[in-house]
Amino acid sequence: MEKEEKKTKTKKIEKKEIKEEKEVEKKEVKKVEIERKKREMVVPGEVVAKGAEFLPSDGTRREGEEVIATRFGLLEKTDRLVKIIPLSGVYIPRVGNTVIGQVIDITFNGWIIDVVAPNIAFLSVAECAGYINKKDLAEHFGFRDNIVTKIKSIKLKGIDLTMKERGLRKLEGGIIVRINPTRVPRVIGRAGSMVNTIKSETGCSITVGQNGVIWVKGKNPEDELLAKKAIDLIVQKPFIEGLTEKVKEFLIEQKKKPKIKEKEKEKEK
Amino acid sequence: MAYKRPDGRNYDETRKIEAKVGIIKRADGSAMFSFGNSKAIVAVYGPRQLHPQHLQNPEKCLLRCYYDMMSFSVAERKRPGPTRRSTEVSYVTSNALKKVLKLEDFPNSVIDVYILIVEADASTRCAGINAASMALAHAGIPMKELVSSISIGKIGDAIVADLTKEEEDYSIKKDGKEIKAATDIPFAFQSRSGKISLMQLDGKVSIDDLKRAISLGKKMSKKIIEIQTQALKKVKEDKK
Repeated sequence: MEKEEKKTKTKKIEKKEIKEEKEVEKKEVKKVEIERKKREMVVPGEVVAKGAEFLPSDGTRREGEEVIATRFGLLEKTDRLVKIIPLSGVYIPRVGNTVIGQVIDITFNGWIIDVVAPNIAFLSVAECAGYINKKDLAEHFGFRDNIVTKIKSIKLKGIDLTMKERGLRKLEGGIIVRINPTRVPRVIGRAGSMVNTIKSETGCSITVGQNGVIWVKGKNPEDELLAKKAIDLIVQKPFIEGLTEKVKEFLIEQKKKPKIKEKEKEKEK
Repeated sequence: MAYKRPDGRNYDETRKIEAKVGIIKRADGSAMFSFGNSKAIVAVYGPRQLHPQHLQNPEKCLLRCYYDMMSFSVAERKRPGPTRRSTEVSYVTSNALKKVLKLEDFPNSVIDVYILIVEADASTRCAGINAASMALAHAGIPMKELVSSISIGKIGDAIVADLTKEEEDYSIKKDGKEIKAATDIPFAFQSRSGKISLMQLDGKVSIDDLKRAISLGKKMSKKIIEIQTQALKKVKEDKK
């Protein structure tokens, strides 16, 4: 009997140990996940990776065995690819980006557009779909008109734009919100989750340009201002986890407020 | 007799250094750097479209530095606006920073660097370069490395780091005449390669002493780089 008891005890102890081991493993997995999420800040000239197997991408360069940062920002390593996500700075245009620009000049064969980039952009008449009266280009896009457009090519002299694609159009009405271009991925969210939350909660239609210009149009100005507030919130607190949920809560809360005031007014009456 | 510093510092000791990044909300990049009472603030704008157009270079970006001392920064009011001195300092600063920037990435555009000295107590150009280097990194401009700057001086026979105004004006009496015995050598070093991107000399110095000054400068610049890096890594939120 005694022996049997001992055996059971030892078995129990073993089981406990196994359980503990599993827990430890779980904790370790969690730690690894956290480490992955915590991205390191790097400054120009800092060695970010050592070894010939790493591939330098945006904001890095190779010098012998080492990969060196050339920009200030957050370091991201995905397998062998080393990349730096900038935290600040102006918009640097890329071919294929959808941007929102403003007409600042009209020439005989196109428009000059300000896309908030280091160089001005040009939109040719040939790059517009449909019939355009060449005698009066202002009829099509006038001064200070905002347009959604796509970057076709980047040359020495400047940026060339195109309108020959779905969704590229002139923006009428609504408000323009300007944010830092490095915050654009945050405002859009994973697979557009953040923008869709704002859209559904405020009932506004929103277009986000890669250059940090956002166009918001709602049924009434209050909705537009609410959407603007939500965008400001995202820009101010970009590093919080579960930001989408927080923005949703914020919007629901904000929507309640005016209703309470209305009720109070009714009571007063 | 060995030279004793008026504020009791060691020869290889700087004044209290303070560094901050992201101080100006509307600028693309900004920073503050101070050596004791010498304080510089820097705002960086750009890369942006360059006007007048005839200055545009289709091969690379123009770096425009503007250094100025604020009228209240010195004991006697400094008349605002550019002077011979500030033009020269602007020029050497832009040359010191040009080497580390990847200017060929932005043809036909300009990067504006505004360096303002809020409080001056010698080695203001060094504080200006340090702050400008941080501000340029903060503005997200591609850089090969950072730049750090320090003034090394020869006072009597001693080689010392980070002179104050009092030390700069140090003189000894000889045959009843006052002779200036201090030499000020501002240096700027690149953080990774260790190359010298600025060296100015004001006074007399022997080759051996100059070599000693360079080695001390290299040693000090590593400390400054450390401070700059820490200050940059502290910024997480961009207010713009």
